[in-house]
Amino acid sequence: MNSKSGYNRLFDPMAETGQALDFSQHGLGQKTVGNPFSVKAKMSVRNLNVYYDDKQAIHDVSLDINRNEVMAMIGPSGCGKSTFLRCLNRMNDTIENCNVNGEVTLDEQDIYHKKQDVVPLRARVGIVFQKPNPFPKSIYENVAYGPKVHGLVSRRAQLDEIVEDSLRKASLWDEVKDRLFSPGTGLSGGQQQRLCIARTIAVSPEVILMDEPCSALDPIATARIEELMAELSQNFTIAIVTHSMQQAARVSSRTAYFHMGRLIEVNDTRRVFTNPEHELTEAYITGRFG
Amino acid sequence: MERHISQRFDSDLEALKSQVLEMGGIVEQQIIDSVKAIESVNRPLAEHVLEVEDDVDRREVLLDENCTMILACRQPAASDLRMVLSVTKMTRDLERMGDEAQKIAQMAIALSDDGAAPGGYEEIRHMGALVQKMVNSVLDAFARFDADKALDVARADTQVDREYKSAMREIVTYMMEDPRSIGRVMNILWALRSIERIGDHARNIAEHIIYLVKGYDVRHTSVHEIEKRLNKP
Repeated sequence: MNSKSGYNRLFDPMAETGQALDFSQHGLGQKTVGNPFSVKAKMSVRNLNVYYDDKQAIHDVSLDINRNEVMAMIGPSGCGKSTFLRCLNRMNDTIENCNVNGEVTLDEQDIYHKKQDVVPLRARVGIVFQKPNPFPKSIYENVAYGPKVHGLVSRRAQLDEIVEDSLRKASLWDEVKDRLFSPGTGLSGGQQQRLCIARTIAVSPEVILMDEPCSALDPIATARIEELMAELSQNFTIAIVTHSMQQAARVSSRTAYFHMGRLIEVNDTRRVFTNPEHELTEAYITGRFG
Repeated sequence: MERHISQRFDSDLEALKSQVLEMGGIVEQQIIDSVKAIESVNRPLAEHVLEVEDDVDRREVLLDENCTMILACRQPAASDLRMVLSVTKMTRDLERMGDEAQKIAQMAIALSDDGAAPGGYEEIRHMGALVQKMVNSVLDAFARFDADKALDVARADTQVDREYKSAMREIVTYMMEDPRSIGRVMNILWALRSIERIGDHARNIAEHIIYLVKGYDVRHTSVHEIEKRLNKP
């Protein structure tokens, strides 16, 4: 069954409002439709399975994320998109009962290799969370902390340069340049989130993961972050998890749709939002189930 | 496909569909009446066609307003987005069909005032019947979201274009045979031109339906290419 037949029943008087979908009838368990693979992948995931104790949260997901692309991950709550995102820089290692198997590579290097140190990995693959979480330090220190810890600077002038450059790239410099030594927690929500992005950028990552980075922000702050994502994608590879489908449509070049731990469809964003290939993607983005 | 979680969104889309079909029904009747008025030299019927035009225009504006509200409030995606986009385009084509029917009615009034033309009525009847069938089928295709039926309408337009060319040759013959009748024959010619344009608009609507149902934009392509896209022999 595919999405093409779906419209014919849009106004079917027999269709009952709120009737649950029978997922076994909708191609769950089949392979992902669309174009999950690429020849210019920055990160590659193959046959990823994630378990929380006995409960399987991700089922056999394979996906490539291209260099300098913004990849959006969408899906209903509990579909595994955030779990998947956290596998990309091993944030799930911090969860005791979480068990990950499969292959995840960054520039063809296995990030789950036993000799892989997660600290430099997380500098290369940074993450921005839903809730802005600046350190209880000054704006300057928030950005300077990473480069200092990772030993990226030897002189103060060099550190100043990184702080300014990162704040500029995060579109925050003009708003904070006169109060760099005020506490980061004193900024507005949107500014704090841009500060967290500056902090991530400061260690020169190659990939930036964003887990619902705008869900706690007002529309103006959201617009700023979205604008920023477009600029950042010139230099970085971005993977974003979002509950806002309009945001996914606006910021990404490819969109991945997750459903019950499975990767259902990956396609060009334009295609996903105008003519998705899979019936489940269609049902989700048109608001036919939650 | 299940219904939307928001039942109001379902009702909004259902209302949009009904409104298009109602408007289509009125325009279809306008076309039938205008062709009949010219064939049977029926001035009152032609005048009635002109009177209906205001209602058609009003419906076009209302449908556009409703589409704008859905876009603004619901931010539709995928098939819902294609539905709203197609409806805005379809209503424009329907309104222009109404305009063409109005022109035919005006020609009917002119012929009723100036006296009948020496020929061309058979062509009006024949092409009028073809185009009426197209309009009826295209509205049916929309009601059923039937891309195959829409494809049939696109095919029929090719036949209408052929008939129009052949009718033009006949009309020129009438003019050459009796130059005094040129003015009246010109009225027939304009009416035929309008009938042919109605066929073009029906084809446009068929293309919008194919986009709505299949997601393929088949504008500015040949019938052969559309068939290939829809995997038809």
